[in-house]
Amino acid sequence: MTTPLRIAVVYPDLLGTYGDGGNGLILARRAQWRGTEVVLAQATSDVGLPEADIYCLGGGEDGPQVRAARSLIEDGTLTRRAGAGAVVLAVCAGYQIVGKTFPGADGMLHEGVGLLDIATAKGSGPRAVGEVAGEPSEDAPGALPALTGFENHGGTTTLGPGVTPLARVVYGVGNGDGSGTEGAVSGRVIGTYLHGPLLARNPALADLLLDWALADGPVEVPPHDPASDRVVVAPFDDSAADALREERLAATMGSRRGRVRLRRRR
Amino acid sequence: MRFRFAVFTTRAVNATSRRLGRGRGTVAGGRSGLKVDPQLLQHLTASRQVVLVTGTNGKTTTTRLLAVALGAGGATVVSNETGSNMPPGHVAALAGDRRATVAVLEVDEIYLPRVLSATNPAAVVLLNLSRDQLDRTNEVRMVSGHWRAALAAAPHATVVANADDPLVVWAAGAAAQVRWVGAGLRWQLDAVGCPSCEGRIAFDAAGSWACVTGCGFVRPDPSVTMSTGGEATGGEATCGEPTGGESTGGEATGGASATTYYGEWADGRSERIRLLLPGRFNHSNALMAAVAAEAMGIAVADGLAAMADVGEVAGRFTTRLVNGVRTRLMLAKNPAGWSELLDLVGNDDGPIVISINARTADGADPSWLWDVPFERLARRVVVATGDRCRDLSVRLHYAGVAHVMESDPLAAVRIAHDGHDGHDGHDGYDGYDGAKRAERDGGDDADRTDRERVDVIGNYTAFAELLQASVPAPVGT
Repeated sequence: MTTPLRIAVVYPDLLGTYGDGGNGLILARRAQWRGTEVVLAQATSDVGLPEADIYCLGGGEDGPQVRAARSLIEDGTLTRRAGAGAVVLAVCAGYQIVGKTFPGADGMLHEGVGLLDIATAKGSGPRAVGEVAGEPSEDAPGALPALTGFENHGGTTTLGPGVTPLARVVYGVGNGDGSGTEGAVSGRVIGTYLHGPLLARNPALADLLLDWALADGPVEVPPHDPASDRVVVAPFDDSAADALREERLAATMGSRRGRVRLRRRR
Repeated sequence: MRFRFAVFTTRAVNATSRRLGRGRGTVAGGRSGLKVDPQLLQHLTASRQVVLVTGTNGKTTTTRLLAVALGAGGATVVSNETGSNMPPGHVAALAGDRRATVAVLEVDEIYLPRVLSATNPAAVVLLNLSRDQLDRTNEVRMVSGHWRAALAAAPHATVVANADDPLVVWAAGAAAQVRWVGAGLRWQLDAVGCPSCEGRIAFDAAGSWACVTGCGFVRPDPSVTMSTGGEATGGEATCGEPTGGESTGGEATGGASATTYYGEWADGRSERIRLLLPGRFNHSNALMAAVAAEAMGIAVADGLAAMADVGEVAGRFTTRLVNGVRTRLMLAKNPAGWSELLDLVGNDDGPIVISINARTADGADPSWLWDVPFERLARRVVVATGDRCRDLSVRLHYAGVAHVMESDPLAAVRIAHDGHDGHDGHDGYDGYDGAKRAERDGGDDADRTDRERVDVIGNYTAFAELLQASVPAPVGT
């Protein structure tokens, strides 16, 4: 690539409650490890959204979430860029606002950006708070391994025919509409309730997004010897992330205790 | 009658709990007492002067400093020093000392409205509000709103509020009497949304702020502001522990001159804030405490003078032995606390142990680690430990910080120390050796006053665990 890869963290002043800025950082680092030049923008809400190849949206509180949606619709850049093939990763409140409707603090339904054919309503039960594990659904893009993350949301999201679910929930709540699904995908737009942040726990998903944005196909990752528990990691070494994934997935999918807790939470 | 039995129960359960070795028993006794008399907190504070201290960060330190300052006036002061900052902890502390005429209570942010209405305080100190324990308090703005409603219903309380934190200003804005303090705010990201009109708050480089949407919500003019003076000359609060022992010196253990801090009053007064405790944030806490003490009749100079001798607060900042290693234990449990602490430790070059847990008291979601600018530790060798050392390791990896992972905190302290000494007890970790070399080559040995000491920072339960496992460092080691 001759031009740098442009990554924008969308409105970190409104949408960044759950360390979601980490997703942008992780994408930037992994692209740099591939030898790609990167521009990582923290695109605050007081200025127009910059042109970018990848947009990351994170979680936010109810009030700021409404402001973010309104501002993104007025600005128009996100819709235009997504239509032109830019990658969008939308997490939690960000996931809700790239859909068609979402609930605000006032209990009213607000208009979303409309990149995904999903509708979110206020859930009737307690907030979904806790670990999530999911198996990528068959029609999800790429060949992703199990997804792990942490959810914290009050809304339930229903998927329309224009999207496919990102994953089938193995542990936790996810979309919470009774379908047992988590997240939604349409083209190069991915929405999910998983934070942690998402890409820290799921580097394969980060690489898939970079493959899309760079359009240069999957990159061979040199093997690493995970000989020790005490590791100093070097670029392209995912031993730290692998250890984290193993721990989190064991805490949810693997253990008997996890299954018991799963039943209770549902 | 019920009240007296409740007090008896509280003390008896606490004493039994202590005797059985089940901790300090403050919560167990307090809970039992509140069961016997649900109005126990009201009854125990009815005939005392009460001051409440709350905020996301600095509660424990400010409470301690304020208690010391009020004690300087000759009053007997009771305080929940153990950090049990919900009503059972308050009740336990108050029942344990019936003679004290003044009570200084640290209050959990969520519990402020309840404690406020129960205790009819003379003063309330509001330090700051920011994200903490994401799975428990997902909306700090809502907390600010609850404070506001509670303070509006407490017209007799003097509120001492940080004018630099818009969420605090929103809460205090409904109070009848407010003393605004320009105490500073390092972490501003949680205050960008205007709590008044849902618009946007803009901060300028000097830390002043206003709602840019034009609703009129602006930083109030403080009656006192903290300022930093020129570099200190001579040995005043510049170097830590010339002779070892319990006292910790200024923040610049790396040898640079320590900053000096002043309270500058709008009426022209100026007072130097001298503390044994290090860091901008502790001096800011001291200024808040001094203003609260002044509201209670203690002259600012007298209050500050009393605080100057406080060398540790609940085990923090002192030199202690952990697994035989001299350490400086510190607590940071959220991005705002970390932002302040990184100012303190980011420029040092010694080894540092970071321990992260995600137990109930910490919050189950450690994704806040990604809001902490750990990049600033690039000069230091980090040992990542605690229940969630893997989360930390991934964060440090992307921050480009060389580190070792060891899930056992005590072993981690030992590794940090041995690696630092050059006694390499773990061959084969090239990255670590390389990082050590870089540290040796880059660091100026003469600059360090206590090269043997390892900085150890934990979040809530991780810190408590390390403190529990530590002993005071003998003088002269």
